[in-house]
Amino acid sequence: MNMSDMISPLVKNIPPSGIRKFFDLVNEMKDAISLSIGEPDFVTPWTVREAGIYSLEKGHTHYSPNAGFMELRKEICNYLKRRYGLSYNPEKEVVVTVGGSEGIDIALRSLVSQGDEVIIPEPSFVSYKPCAVFTGATPVIINLRDEDEFRLTPELLEKAITDKTKVLILPFPNNPTGAIMTREDLEKIVEVIKNRDIIVISDEIYSELTYSGEHVSIASFPEMKDKTLVINGFSKAYAMTGWRLGYACGHPDLIEAMYKVHQYAIMCSPTTAQYAAVEALKNADDEVKSMVKEYNRRRRVLVDGFRDAGLDCFEPLGAFYVFPCIKSTGMSSSDFCEKLLIEEKVAVVPGTAFGDCGEGFVRVCYSRSMDNIIEAIKRIKRFVERNKN
Amino acid sequence: MEDILEILENNSKIDAEQIAAMTGKSIDEIKATIDKYEQENIILKYNTLINWEKTNKEVVTALIEVKVTPQRGEGFDKVADRIYRYPQVKACYLMSGGFDLTVILEGKSMKEVALFVAEKLAPLDSVLSTSTHFVLKKYKDKGTIFEGKQKDDREAVVL
Repeated sequence: MNMSDMISPLVKNIPPSGIRKFFDLVNEMKDAISLSIGEPDFVTPWTVREAGIYSLEKGHTHYSPNAGFMELRKEICNYLKRRYGLSYNPEKEVVVTVGGSEGIDIALRSLVSQGDEVIIPEPSFVSYKPCAVFTGATPVIINLRDEDEFRLTPELLEKAITDKTKVLILPFPNNPTGAIMTREDLEKIVEVIKNRDIIVISDEIYSELTYSGEHVSIASFPEMKDKTLVINGFSKAYAMTGWRLGYACGHPDLIEAMYKVHQYAIMCSPTTAQYAAVEALKNADDEVKSMVKEYNRRRRVLVDGFRDAGLDCFEPLGAFYVFPCIKSTGMSSSDFCEKLLIEEKVAVVPGTAFGDCGEGFVRVCYSRSMDNIIEAIKRIKRFVERNKN
Repeated sequence: MEDILEILENNSKIDAEQIAAMTGKSIDEIKATIDKYEQENIILKYNTLINWEKTNKEVVTALIEVKVTPQRGEGFDKVADRIYRYPQVKACYLMSGGFDLTVILEGKSMKEVALFVAEKLAPLDSVLSTSTHFVLKKYKDKGTIFEGKQKDDREAVVL
């Protein structure tokens, strides 16, 4: 038996990650300054960790209800109301998932199958496309543009919509560009979508990390409420990546369908993480604020540094990424990254990892201490100066 | 502009240029603001936090609870003034609750600290009583954990 023949073509045909090799190289260089890791450098706030530990001490080590503890679902609803003006019923409109990632997966599995089209703006998080492909649906890529500061425009969206379009993925604040969608930007998207049978999966995992006013959810437009599935979670806001906890909120019929997939595939999300998450939602607002403050400082230093180095860099207003343009060096994204790593021991990720239109850009993550960032910028400046075209 | 103070409180080595980049203000503006803070005694001093236990220097720290009689017209300020002028006194706070002043004292040995209390502090007219507690180990000071985790142990996950 040839095992390779046994693998489902849906999985087999997904190309292996193009930057695996690059990451292996990063891993080998232990002394490099890595601005490549897309997770907070902060440790989960102590009060949150302590709540998790206490739940273990009390022996809360069993399954939770499939959709998550009711107390947590209630707190999630309180939070969404308080922060973004969204109203959901904790009984029927919320499911607690294993990270935002599971939410994306089970949402797509619940919504699309062969023949359907899923619109995915790129550059974006690497999971959307494969998750769509696993369902048999066809991903339709929108190449976002530097001149739009990588926001989704109604023109680009209109062009991508066909009779088969069933889902639009809206990944803002965006990984890897740091782009956000303001209320005005969203209004134009709402105009395109509101009279069509298209569901928006709004991945708002970076919603707490915005630097020019509060994040606006597309679900806060009354005409979009029922057509939007909000995906969010604890990883980025509360520095809880390893706890693997997220949630999805939306129309009760969609949540019921997702619940079905979730219940058979996952059973329930980690119990300890859920206890910790309740504490996060109740008592960690100040900690989030101080992390955001620190990210903002680093963000400014990086943008300033890249511009100083002579690279074009639009101002990213969300997440913890800067996405400078390196075209002026004459190098491709992957050459730039490899050379920078070898010559100056600074790791950043080629923009192409997040879609073909990321060519000419690199993702620089500022979830690293200020000292590291200042040193990295110094080296990048030296590198760009030396490699001027 | 309190942002500048927070940045400096956490790391006083950061220069005006870096603070300007971090806050999005001009370098001149940052320099002028820092000057102003220094003149107004809002910024008092640029300190370094040192873990003396890792050095050969012998340092003993004690926290002393002091009960005093406040003086007419002067309250606690005058007696506090007599106490905090000694260079051995590293900190002095007026307290609510069961005693009046907290005095943080540093000396080379327990004996030195004890003698200071016996010879200098306790005999003061307004001092009614003292209670000396020696610090055995510093876990955290000025918001910094002494034996904190330094290493970045995040894995290079594919995003």
